[in-house]
Amino acid sequence: MAEERRQKQCSVVLPTESMKAMAESVGVGQLQEESCVALSEEVSYRIKEIAQDALKFMHHGKRRKLTTSDIDNALKLKNVEPLYGFQSQEFIPFRFASGGGRELHFYEEREVDLSDIINTPLPRVPLDVSLKAHWLSIEGVQPSIPENPPPAPKEQQKAESTEPLKVVKPGQEEDATIQGKSQGATAADGKGKEKGLIRLKPRSTHELSVEQQLYYKEITEACVGSCEAKRAEALQSIATDPGLYQMLPRFSTFISEGVRVNVVQNNLALLIYLMRMVKALMDNPTLYLEKYLHELIPAVVTCIVSKQLCLRPDVDNHWALRDFAARLMAQSCKTFSTTTNNIQSRITKTFTKSWLDDKTQWTTRYGCIAGLAELGPDVIKTLILPRLAVEGARIKAVTEGPVVSNIDKIGADHVQSLLLKHCASVIAKIRPQPDNVEQYRTDFGYLGPMLCSHVMKARTQAALQAQQVNRTTLTITQPRPTLSVSQSGLSGSTGPRTPSIIKVPSSLTLMSPRPGTPSQPSPPATKYIVMATSAGAASTQQVITLSSSQSASPVTSTVPSASSTLQPLVKLESSSGPGLTGSRPMQKYIVVSLPSSASSSLEPKSSVLSTSFSSTPLEAGLKIEQSESPGVSTQSPH
Amino acid sequence: MIIIVNLGCTAAWWLARSPSSIIKGLSVWIRTNRVAGSCAVRVLFFFNLAHAHFILKMAAVQGGLVDANEEKDIKSEPANDTWANNNANDGRLPSASPGASAAAGAPEDQQTLLAVLQFLRKNKLTESVEILRREAGLPEDSLESKGADSSGAGSGGAAAAAGEDQPDVNVVLSAYSQQGDPVLYPVYYSGLKRFIETVLDCHRAELSQVFYPLFVHMYLELVYNNHESEAKAFFEKFCGDQECYYGDDLRILSSLSKREHMRGNETLLDFRTSKFVLRISRDSYQLLKRHLQERQNNQIWNIIQEHLYIDIFDGIPRSKGQIDAMSGSLAGEAKREANKAKVYYGLLKEPEIELPLDDEDEEAENEEGKPKKKKPKKDSMGSKSKKQDPNAPAQTRIPLPELKDSDKLDKIMYMKEATKKIRLGPDNLPSICFYSFLNAYQGLTAVDFTDDSSLIAGGFADSTVRVWSVTPKKLRKVKSAADLNLIDKESDDVLERIMDEKTASESKILHGHSGPVYGISFSPDRNYLLSSSEDGTIRLWSLLTFTCLVGYKGHNYPVWDTQFSPHGYYFISGGHDRVARLWATDHYQPLRMFSGHLADITCTRFHPNSNYVATGSSDRTIRLWDVLNGNCVRIFTGHKGPIHTLAFSPNGKFLASGATDGRVLLWDIGHGLMIGELKGHTDTVYSLRFSRDGEILASGSMDNTVRLWDATKAFDDLETDDFTAATGHIHLQDNSQELLLGTYMTKSTPVIHLHFTRRNLLLAAGAYNP
Repeated sequence: MAEERRQKQCSVVLPTESMKAMAESVGVGQLQEESCVALSEEVSYRIKEIAQDALKFMHHGKRRKLTTSDIDNALKLKNVEPLYGFQSQEFIPFRFASGGGRELHFYEEREVDLSDIINTPLPRVPLDVSLKAHWLSIEGVQPSIPENPPPAPKEQQKAESTEPLKVVKPGQEEDATIQGKSQGATAADGKGKEKGLIRLKPRSTHELSVEQQLYYKEITEACVGSCEAKRAEALQSIATDPGLYQMLPRFSTFISEGVRVNVVQNNLALLIYLMRMVKALMDNPTLYLEKYLHELIPAVVTCIVSKQLCLRPDVDNHWALRDFAARLMAQSCKTFSTTTNNIQSRITKTFTKSWLDDKTQWTTRYGCIAGLAELGPDVIKTLILPRLAVEGARIKAVTEGPVVSNIDKIGADHVQSLLLKHCASVIAKIRPQPDNVEQYRTDFGYLGPMLCSHVMKARTQAALQAQQVNRTTLTITQPRPTLSVSQSGLSGSTGPRTPSIIKVPSSLTLMSPRPGTPSQPSPPATKYIVMATSAGAASTQQVITLSSSQSASPVTSTVPSASSTLQPLVKLESSSGPGLTGSRPMQKYIVVSLPSSASSSLEPKSSVLSTSFSSTPLEAGLKIEQSESPGVSTQSPH
Repeated sequence: MIIIVNLGCTAAWWLARSPSSIIKGLSVWIRTNRVAGSCAVRVLFFFNLAHAHFILKMAAVQGGLVDANEEKDIKSEPANDTWANNNANDGRLPSASPGASAAAGAPEDQQTLLAVLQFLRKNKLTESVEILRREAGLPEDSLESKGADSSGAGSGGAAAAAGEDQPDVNVVLSAYSQQGDPVLYPVYYSGLKRFIETVLDCHRAELSQVFYPLFVHMYLELVYNNHESEAKAFFEKFCGDQECYYGDDLRILSSLSKREHMRGNETLLDFRTSKFVLRISRDSYQLLKRHLQERQNNQIWNIIQEHLYIDIFDGIPRSKGQIDAMSGSLAGEAKREANKAKVYYGLLKEPEIELPLDDEDEEAENEEGKPKKKKPKKDSMGSKSKKQDPNAPAQTRIPLPELKDSDKLDKIMYMKEATKKIRLGPDNLPSICFYSFLNAYQGLTAVDFTDDSSLIAGGFADSTVRVWSVTPKKLRKVKSAADLNLIDKESDDVLERIMDEKTASESKILHGHSGPVYGISFSPDRNYLLSSSEDGTIRLWSLLTFTCLVGYKGHNYPVWDTQFSPHGYYFISGGHDRVARLWATDHYQPLRMFSGHLADITCTRFHPNSNYVATGSSDRTIRLWDVLNGNCVRIFTGHKGPIHTLAFSPNGKFLASGATDGRVLLWDIGHGLMIGELKGHTDTVYSLRFSRDGEILASGSMDNTVRLWDATKAFDDLETDDFTAATGHIHLQDNSQELLLGTYMTKSTPVIHLHFTRRNLLLAAGAYNP
């Protein structure tokens, strides 16, 4: 089988049509079929020869990727003039065209307006090569520092937890990890060896070294201590350090026990600290948390729906904790929910059940709704919207009826604003305009009029944003099609809605490897420059900040990441349609050029745009562009 | 004389250009050569057969690219063109006996000389012809008469100047012209296959070796005789039977389907010009012979006779494992005779240096430093102290540079450091400090550390060389000439005063190359740096002025590697032109040229005693060359991919090699045997290094790991009984797992260089690859 495949690869020759096309392009009209065959065989052979030589250069360049310069060098070796002008760092975007029964891939060479290039601000100078030393091993033991890979990669952690039973041959466990050896695999494993083929669960050592014990103590103390700066540092460590795998069970127990105790004692501050620890653990890309969800999820849910979380429910802002925990819950649903564990559906069921219960307290009610609402617009649509009328009536009973208690009133207020906040944007999306107050009242009861005004507000905001975004988010990245503006490092859960008392250190969120939820407009953190160039007209420049999500590489923490410093190579087109620009991957700057006429013509339309990422007229216009060039992607504004 | 040698490398290159430029280039070249170096260079005589063949071969390679009418008309008898000829290298070092200008006396050499003369004449290089003729002591008319004679008679292998219109390459290839029925080829082949499959098990493995060379030659014959479709069918039918390690060559072969392609294809020329060597026991060989004669299978018999060299030995046939361990190279195994030469692998005696008494040095009683330094080595090398090692070469076998005062100081430093050296072993693994090159954008191509680990140099794909200081001491340039005049030359700290403080920085960039820098090496005294590049030059840089001092030209193709001798002064380089060159820093011409490899020389290493150099190549062989006479004294086969790194053990007895197949092989130099195989890496091994005591072998690879191996155990387990040594049949134990002491993953950094500091701390380097 493999032989066959290799054979096919070997005997590939260029199609004769290519020969014809090339001949035509240099002005040779009628090329005979035989000459085409001869040519294509010869050319294929020479190309293979050159490719083989180019491989040599790749090997000596100590690379795994063949580059265009390797080909150039191989050509030089054969005394052939190298190709000039193809110094693309990334792939060369070929374009495809068909017509008249012929299909062609070609490299698009466009005319470049020099004045545009001259007027472009100079790209940042790439960082110079630098040298950095770290300990790869100290007397045979690899230290767990960010520069080294995590001792147990996530896959291994997963394999250990999902396939607990495996056949172990005697002596095999020794080879499995050197780590085990170095960390003093005790005499216990000696016993298993003699028994031959047995099924046994691979041990995971839970003994911590002295350093690890010290670290654990320091971190947990800092996390629940009084010094905020220390806490931020500790959380940062939890979120980024690669070697925490061994300590994960301790942390998990620490959190679940802590929540259990502090809920009883109504210690709001500590509960918040613990939730922030959960968040940090979830942000650490090297940890395989699935194993400990059974401890973490109850703790989080407790913080969402508990009847009382603080000593003075009328004054303290326990609502923020509920919001934060709800967002954590939503995040874990998104990352960990599978068809096997059904976390999301189980959680949804739990929330819905207690919400439907008439006797539920307002605090719990708030938590349930928050928990559901964070799960996304679909959940809101199917579970919350149908109950708006009922809930409205209940709120009305509290606010307008006889005063029962102050606490109930506050609770009802919060539930009301929560419902309005979450539902308005969803309704704005699914309900056609115009917004009629009466219509809303009949549909949603007591909350109707307020909803109506919120929806209208949401719509105008969306329109405003769309107008602005309209110009900004036409990121058309040539080198890497997947790149888009939504690559904001701030995940939706920690976005602008973060309650004020829960200060999540911004560095923490920046390290988050998961791309943010695209449903949120990007909060100010990174810069991208938007340029609208028009022929002769004054060019406008806009600077918008947005956070770039860099992966939490060891380098980023100490030295600016290598990748972020690539100079953005920018090509500007002013003549063709909605402009597109090339920008290098992981760039900080996204430069978009747009003829002002095009953008202005779109502006009236954009006022009707809603904050959705459904297809908009603008995007539709872009899609034409997209189909023309396969290497281009568009991202709709949101 | 020297002109001719250089012609060897340059002529081929010029050939590809127009004839007028050849003449112009050559005449310019000759003129400069005359003026500059005739007196120093005249003494050298190292023109030899190998070079002549080299010229022809290069010409043949290039021939595929130039027009037929530009091709030269020299012919050489292909039969005598085996690589054994390289042993005819008879150069002398400049200070060695000057009576070396004797012309090659053997008639065979004469033929080659005539061929070269003919070639030069054809290209109207009359001046060179004159010089060569004078040097060789040939009479004026010998060329004419001999040429006419041989073309007339055509006997005695004198094919120097036959029919003038026939290009050389055709001669090389014409051996394939024998016409057989193309349809019968698969029948012959499968007949042999059936026979080999039915013979006794003990013979089967040995006879199976015949398959691959036979397959290749039959395919080439088909192609040469324009049976394209038959050739393709033949290839497809049988290529699956070949050993997997020949995959790369098969791929090249499969792309070749036309007679026109055969010209200019290097792989193919290798097959043709060098006989494929097989080692087969007498019994098995008789079996094969009888079978072929019974069947009257002349086609196959002819190929075996003409293109294969069968090294017959008496004794029991080898097993499949034994054969697999040794095969894999481009031209089969090494002949047994090739590894019989005596190699002086012992170390040179260290110069006696009085170690100054030092109070803080607790162990430096009133003893001199040498035995102390030797202490650790004593254990690993047995009873070698001040006595001359019987295996060591004579101290003056090759002239080595005198020790300067600064060198002596450095030696003292070295001894002091050595006393603080950590004894390594399986229970005492070294610490590894990793130097990551950040923001290198995949452009880091070579790295080297100085012996005292104070400087690190990197070669980059953007043609630059960068030097860093890894100690707090910054890099400074020497002051300008005007400023130097102002310095008080008598002062004690004059060495300190000549440095310009203003230029102090942690790193310096050296510009000069015009292509990626593939090889880099510090001189032992840390004053110079060598770099070899894709542009075909080797450059010598001064680390005092941070400028380029010399550009050594000679390789006209990329130079893949270069290294300073451990004693300085000499250096070795090797590259795409398949020739390794030995240079001295004060000569801009190479002192020796080592030719014999059938593909690119990918790495070059000096033996610790400077008397030998090892070269690894893309032809999957390692060769050991004698610096004194240029002979190839060892050929090691067994790797299944291009070799990318070599390392000598500190005691000079052993050699380790790493290749693209991810395996590390260990060799006993004295016996010429493979003694170990370390499996574990999953990608190209780019770096190997023994610890200072030779107890640990560290290997770094493209798979982002550094692995440590127990070298002591690997060498101790060695069974060096006489039988093994005599027959070269090795039994390799599969004990890689036992020898592996540790694997250390980097995050995303291929390890391209390793270095043990004088205190046995392991330094590793590579470019972070985000």
